[in-house]
Amino acid sequence: MSSVVNDTRIPNNVDLSSDKKLQRALEEWQPNFIKWWGAMGPEGFQQDDVFLRTAISVDHEGWANFDYVRMPEYRWGIFLADPVADRTIGFGDEMGKPAWQQVPGEHRNTLRRLIVTQGDTEPASVEQQRLLGQTCPSLYDLRNLFQVNVEEGRHLWAMVYLLHSHFGRDGREEAEGLLERRSGDPDKPRILGTFNEPCPEWLSFFMFTFFTDRDGKYQLLALAESAFDPLSRTTRFMLTEEAHHMFVGETGILRVVQRSAELAKLDPNGDVRKQGGIDLPTLQKYLNFWFSSSVDLFGGEVSSNAASFFASGLKGRAKEAGHEDHVALHGTYRMVTPEGGALVERDVALRSAMNEVLRDEYVGDCQRGVDKWNRAIAEKGVDFELKIPSRRFNRNVGLYAGMRFNPAGELITEEAWQAQSGQWLPSEADRAYVLSLMTKPVYEPGKMAHWIAPPKQGIKGRPVDFEYVRHDAR
Amino acid sequence: MADPTHDDAPIRFETHPSRYRHWKLDFPATYGGRVARLAMDVQEDGGLRPGYPMKLNSYDLGVDIELADAISRVRFEHPEVRALVVTSAKDRIFCSGANIYMLGSSTHTFKVNFCKYTNETRLYLEELSALSGVPVLCAVNGTASGGGYELALACDEILLQDDGSTAVSLPEAPLLAVLPGTGGLTRVTDKRKVRRDLADVFSTLAEGVRGKRAVDWRLVDESASRSKFEAALKARVEAMVARSPRSATGEGLALPPVSVTRTGDVSAYKHVLLQVDRGRRVAELTMRGPEGDPRAALTAEHWSVEAWRELDDALLDLRFNHPTVGLVVLHTVGDIEAVRAFDRSLVERARSEWLAREVLLLQKRVLKRLDLTARSLFALVEPASCFAGSMLELALAADRVFMIDAASTHVALSVVNFGAFPMSNGLTRLESRFLYDPSVVTRLKDEAGLMDAGDALKAGLVTFTPDEMDWDDEVRVAIEERTSLSPDAMTGMEANLRFAGPETMETKIFGRLSAWQNWIFQRPNAVGAAGALTMYGQPGRPVFDYRRT
Repeated sequence: MSSVVNDTRIPNNVDLSSDKKLQRALEEWQPNFIKWWGAMGPEGFQQDDVFLRTAISVDHEGWANFDYVRMPEYRWGIFLADPVADRTIGFGDEMGKPAWQQVPGEHRNTLRRLIVTQGDTEPASVEQQRLLGQTCPSLYDLRNLFQVNVEEGRHLWAMVYLLHSHFGRDGREEAEGLLERRSGDPDKPRILGTFNEPCPEWLSFFMFTFFTDRDGKYQLLALAESAFDPLSRTTRFMLTEEAHHMFVGETGILRVVQRSAELAKLDPNGDVRKQGGIDLPTLQKYLNFWFSSSVDLFGGEVSSNAASFFASGLKGRAKEAGHEDHVALHGTYRMVTPEGGALVERDVALRSAMNEVLRDEYVGDCQRGVDKWNRAIAEKGVDFELKIPSRRFNRNVGLYAGMRFNPAGELITEEAWQAQSGQWLPSEADRAYVLSLMTKPVYEPGKMAHWIAPPKQGIKGRPVDFEYVRHDAR
Repeated sequence: MADPTHDDAPIRFETHPSRYRHWKLDFPATYGGRVARLAMDVQEDGGLRPGYPMKLNSYDLGVDIELADAISRVRFEHPEVRALVVTSAKDRIFCSGANIYMLGSSTHTFKVNFCKYTNETRLYLEELSALSGVPVLCAVNGTASGGGYELALACDEILLQDDGSTAVSLPEAPLLAVLPGTGGLTRVTDKRKVRRDLADVFSTLAEGVRGKRAVDWRLVDESASRSKFEAALKARVEAMVARSPRSATGEGLALPPVSVTRTGDVSAYKHVLLQVDRGRRVAELTMRGPEGDPRAALTAEHWSVEAWRELDDALLDLRFNHPTVGLVVLHTVGDIEAVRAFDRSLVERARSEWLAREVLLLQKRVLKRLDLTARSLFALVEPASCFAGSMLELALAADRVFMIDAASTHVALSVVNFGAFPMSNGLTRLESRFLYDPSVVTRLKDEAGLMDAGDALKAGLVTFTPDEMDWDDEVRVAIEERTSLSPDAMTGMEANLRFAGPETMETKIFGRLSAWQNWIFQRPNAVGAAGALTMYGQPGRPVFDYRRT
């Protein structure tokens, strides 16, 4: 396998040329994608040479090929991880039966919905981030932003390939719809709420890549277990690319934290803002906002959809093989449930709690990143600890929506919320302050904006002061 | 499991806009008070019974009781209103239909009565438009699924928000292995005239249909983006106001709670008495005729209003709180001429007074409620009774009429028997009764006098006329015989025989509810141990018996 065709209009390892109808359909979609990229992709940098990683095959050598490329000429392609021989369904009621190479009619609509919902997040994030280049803190960061953007574009291709190849006319219409919705547009919003939140500055961008893209990682891990083999193979390959996005978020925040600690030391009163940096309490508020918004993306704590996705083999748990009971029909899950104004522990059927199971793994993964930031803070000798809020805090979806909880997860009154939420979530003034730090781009190679520390190293062996984006080349 | 029918507290139907928990009825200033706006905002923890949180604007009987009340308030208390908008106060969800966990934890009897009540309420909406001149617009500002779309279907026009995710759907068959119970399928083809093959696709597509396709398939009238939604809504509402034929003016009639004293199994209203004999599974329902001046102002205490509201309440009490009663014996007490005078007066006033027209429509609806009550109905015409005109309709609604052959026992017709109270099939009860020869009805128009047992039997208005010697025994035997028969067989048989003649959308809705929907609701594929309704929200998946019936 992995025989990649790179010389056609659409690079692929799915033998696209053998299916003329599918090839034609995708070739018709391609110009619309390019048009969308032109209108909604990064604004002001389309003619620049960017040092980007392009996947040209799925093997170890080929998926990370670095070179300068102008973004509209990026080779967006269709890549599926190599098939697993005789793969069987790994969980649910159909466990042990051969994985599906075709969509079973019974699950067609549900699968399409899952794929469309996943696919919708990819262009959405590009749209959310389209103006960020104009305030980049360095060429290094600018390049990372564009790397994330083009790969989200490729993930859109991955989902569109599935829609075109397995879902007929409906699939083609949905593929068009993915290019028609717009993040934050009240008339045609993106499907999930978080993907309509503005991402107006770089602190939010790093938070987004750390928290929101990490939801994406866990959704992809769950879909990688799917009984529908093409979806499994597609998402397995997407996961290799997703890791970079998380890296951008984790190291981005780390560098903000490092800089903040440095500036605290510089100021006689430890006033980071006075020194033009982002103080840790403000960073904590951003963390609270993006974490709570991102945990919403996992869906309701008790969900009949989640149960049915698991039962029918459409969506498993992250790394299903690591679990013991793959049928999960009789297991229960203990969760804290609001009942009559109090929180009580209740056992929920395990299948109905699958969203929460996935959320557990996600929260654990987030904690590992936050621990690294805290170590960096401690190393600088600053007394502050960043904390992930309770997952009950500031929720709009699920059991805890419509109630008020403090970051510790304690139920509080609406009045208490109104009085204190300004301490927990970024206020207008906080947002204005953060924005005020990021009004001008930094295009000089190796130079960093005042509020962020330089990265430890460059990309693919290049130095930090490498010209990752040739912005004056145009 | 919570069981809404076996909770001790009986269900009551009295409410008021000031006490609504799930709806907000207001009259936006934008339209100068000429438009009523009814916005659904279901309180999750506000279920009629505990055990099922009502998420996503899903509803139970309590929500529908408020809806029915609101429609009634618009009719009586707001003569200035020329159009009604039904919408949702929640973001991104219009209404997700009947609460599945409520249905899953209810007895069959309750489910059927619940569906029937919701059907009656949807028909009230349609009648509000057709006969009271208040067109109804459904502003679907979020997903409308199942009963949510059925509510929209009961409105004259449907405006759908086109935002890429808002859909209309009937997911009952694919998700729950049942059918939409509130007229959904029937209205899709018979009212909105959706092509049958498209209706087939629509009714098996759990996620529903959105935007332009929903318009193309005739599922909605218009789709509008979020930013253009308010403008589209306003344009439609203003057009509705302009074309409303309603000419009502002046003060409305405030509807106070129906007053009733309940002692054990006896409910005593001012004009109605309901006595339940649980042992015999028989209820005696007595309605008292009017007294006084029929020309008196049409207040809530006027007999033409009050007695019929009481009868309506008693029928609902019977349906929901006395499920084992198999037979209702209908009695009347009063002065025949007084009934006829009240009927005549009301019909005359209805020519010029909107309120009198509304009162006639109220009586019409109560009589339909009686037709649609799945209990055997025997009317007993006795010496003190007043089965005349509007009250004769009670007897004509009954499955059998027993009239004692005695002096001073009469029945009589009045003007209202010839068109004021059509049944679901579009015919009057007399027309339905004499399908074999329509000229019988024409001839009865000349029967202005009192008819004794002999006349009534000859005219075909009564079934049996035992004399005083035989009366008690005949009646006792008939009742005992009836209550010994299978309740299911009687329900089916009565529904067949009561609605002879033409089918209308209304008869189809109720007929299909009591036949197909109820049958499917009883089948193992829906409610068996591995049925789809049982398994909904459970960790397992349904298992079907694939043999077709």
